[in-house]
Amino acid sequence: MSERGRTIAGGLLFAPLAAVPLVVTSGRWIEFLELTLFTAVLGQGWNVLGGYGGQYSFGHALFFGTAAYIQALLQFKLGWSPWLTMWFAILGAMLVAAGVGYLSFRYGLRGSYFALITLAFAEAFHVLSRSFIGLTEGGRGVQLALNQDPAQAFATFQFNFAGPFLSTYGFYYTILVFLSIAYAAVWWMQRTRFGAQLVAVRENEDAAEALGVDAFRVKLGAILLSAAITALAGIYHVQKFLFIDPGIAYGPAKSVEALFAPIIGGLGTVLGAFFIHGIGETTKEIIGTFWQERPGLDLILFGVILVLVLGFAPRGIAGLLGEAWRRATDRACN
Amino acid sequence: MDILGFQIPTYGWQTVTGSAISGVFLGSIYALVALGLTLIYGVLHIINFAHGSLLMLSMYAVFFLWAGLGIDPYLAMLLVVPGGYLFGYVLQRSVIGQVSHGRDEIILLVTLGVAIVIENAALFFFSADERSVQVPYDLDGLDLGVTFVVYPELVALAGSLLITLGLWLFMTRTDTGKAIRAVAKEREGARLVGINVEHIFAVSFGIGTACVAAAASLLAPTYAVHPQFGYLFVLIAFTVVVLGGMGSFVGALAGGFVIGITEQLGRLYLGESLGLITISVIFILILLFRPTGLFGQTPH
Amino acid sequence: MPPTGRATDVLEVTGLCKTFGGLRAVADATLSVAAGEIVSLIGPNGAGKTTLFAMVSGFLKPDAGTVQFQRRDIKGLRPHAACRLGLARTFQVARPFPNLSVHHNIAIGAHTRYRRRNQALAIAAEVAERLGMASRLDDHAGSLTVAGRKRLELARALATRPRLLLLDEVMAGLNATEIDDIVAALRGIRATGITIVLIEHVMRAVKSLSDRAYVLNHGRMIATGTPAEITRNPDVIEAYLGHGAAARLADGQIDA
Repeated sequence: MSERGRTIAGGLLFAPLAAVPLVVTSGRWIEFLELTLFTAVLGQGWNVLGGYGGQYSFGHALFFGTAAYIQALLQFKLGWSPWLTMWFAILGAMLVAAGVGYLSFRYGLRGSYFALITLAFAEAFHVLSRSFIGLTEGGRGVQLALNQDPAQAFATFQFNFAGPFLSTYGFYYTILVFLSIAYAAVWWMQRTRFGAQLVAVRENEDAAEALGVDAFRVKLGAILLSAAITALAGIYHVQKFLFIDPGIAYGPAKSVEALFAPIIGGLGTVLGAFFIHGIGETTKEIIGTFWQERPGLDLILFGVILVLVLGFAPRGIAGLLGEAWRRATDRACN
Repeated sequence: MDILGFQIPTYGWQTVTGSAISGVFLGSIYALVALGLTLIYGVLHIINFAHGSLLMLSMYAVFFLWAGLGIDPYLAMLLVVPGGYLFGYVLQRSVIGQVSHGRDEIILLVTLGVAIVIENAALFFFSADERSVQVPYDLDGLDLGVTFVVYPELVALAGSLLITLGLWLFMTRTDTGKAIRAVAKEREGARLVGINVEHIFAVSFGIGTACVAAAASLLAPTYAVHPQFGYLFVLIAFTVVVLGGMGSFVGALAGGFVIGITEQLGRLYLGESLGLITISVIFILILLFRPTGLFGQTPH
Repeated sequence: MPPTGRATDVLEVTGLCKTFGGLRAVADATLSVAAGEIVSLIGPNGAGKTTLFAMVSGFLKPDAGTVQFQRRDIKGLRPHAACRLGLARTFQVARPFPNLSVHHNIAIGAHTRYRRRNQALAIAAEVAERLGMASRLDDHAGSLTVAGRKRLELARALATRPRLLLLDEVMAGLNATEIDDIVAALRGIRATGITIVLIEHVMRAVKSLSDRAYVLNHGRMIATGTPAEITRNPDVIEAYLGHGAAARLADGQIDA
């Protein structure tokens, strides 16, 4: 499938997703879909920098966690409206991205070295958020007050008591909107000079420089956009769970989750992230049914899939599907 | 000084010296873990993310040998070191070597995938509980005046020195060691003169894993193991290796001591929690400003 | 330092030096190229030609010396900035963007002058047409032959609308017909007013294309002049054939 073809296929998924409440009434299944879309947002954020730009970050929790903490703390400490704090959350994640990106790209860190430094930054923020108790509440985490007044549902960006429809579907639509924004941003990016230059830097940085591409600026632009999208995931997470702590924010789990989706789904593709997360969450559910919450098996499976995909399907599952589709159409034509 | 409710205390020289000395002992443990990592990097040019999880797995092996058969953790070395070598050899030959091709960050991801599998297998089979070996001698030790050192710490320090020496002798005096060095330096050239490069890769990975197994034996009396145990060490081991120069044994030893001392002083002055930041900060600074490390060759 | 060259000089390099860990790759190299010229840079393998290109185009920082492009000091400028000023280079080993189509490869060059995507794509198609690559526009660059890759290097550089092209062995590995094609293409490019400096080992092309040539040996410029003068220069013959070769050649011991 061409890049354009993939984008259209990705876009076509939104119509049925928006119509989900007409069919799905089980809260459990809505939760599952929500989580899937949440990870798709994380994956899409990583994808801008890793898939399109070829800069593999192992520390995307940096942007998720920073946005989440700002979203939570400005409400918790200053009582600001979540609709205002979210802009600061995005801005904060982008500031961190600017700092990390400036240092890494200015000093020419590529490949594994970039991966390692993002990991180290995430770990540093993990320690900082645990240590500066006066600022972040430390390891206890930040617990936001639950709003129980239906009239305040929108003002507090909390749908738990917002009537039968919104209490089930409110956050589902929130994350769907965030995912649409992420898709739209990538869709726009693919049609600009910036997007073309970013891919050129991924393909061969020296050649791109020789052709007038300011690789430093392009990579910086990519990490900023990547952080902004990842910040959306952080904002959703805080509003949904009303809680953040150092482990959730900056622990390795979110960083790994962010790169899982695009790598397994297919680098630079958006459909892939969707696909794999559908399967991933389903597997989790099934395993949960058989082993009663015995943890580990789902991630063992993921690790195996990750290794297999890296070894034998460099374009991910979307690549495999594309290949199968091409073969099928070839056969049909002959 | 007071930063956001945070105070930096002042101490007398005894406390500081004591802290630095315990840093040397801590550093020897870091060096132990880093030795295998730096060997694998030096030969295969891959950053092995699974290194921490291999340490964790070896710790479980030592624990179960003790819990099930009553084998002393130090004695267990005779079993876990050959076991580690075999495991590493097979892992490289049949998994990592088979799927690792292309850009180095892809290979890093492959080892991350292996780490995730091993960690979660431990979680699935052994649960998240902490397990620790109980030995009669774990609280006895030497009083150095400024600090008290338990025997297991002394053994770990001696072990790290001996293993570094052993690795160095092995690499310079044996035919296999020379073949490993040839492959590390000039992969294609080594292939041309008839060295089986895939075998040497697997041997190096095996030795790297054997080192980590030896480290596990030496760590077992002082550390409790749990599935996430490796992650604690993996970032520190990376830091030690990058600081010492990727591929350098002496660098790993020196890097281990630097990190150990820095961490202990960091804990003393910044507290148990914030003290850990010294490691990330050193890691970031060294990556930015001197990625070849203190003793390293230029990166390939 | 005030500009010293002729009024029409596009490139003016003086006293350029580069040392790699004790090895002098380029020592005190001086070179000037006038507008509209085709100048060849020749010399044995390892003479420092590519290093010289890398310093001029901003990929390497010279240890000493000056680089002036269109009377402007560009030493220390990053490659993309040099490219935007009108100085484009190709690489000895072609570096295509392998997963992009030929069309998108060339468009990256065109984006140097055009922000809009469709404009850049239109320019790219135009350049491809001119270099006879129109039929390959939709092919993946990774699937091209050596000749195709070399041509793509040229097309991408051309799409940046350069004033000066630095071409590093664009004919290496090509057969006679392909070389003739490239020679014709380069003549066409020069006719549009673009100045060309080329590193080349194919002497037939050097002789038929270039107005002047420089010879680099062990990092030093040992001769300059027209291709005919160069091939008669005893220093040059020695550099290529070894010590004493010029004398033996003069005695008729070696067939020229």
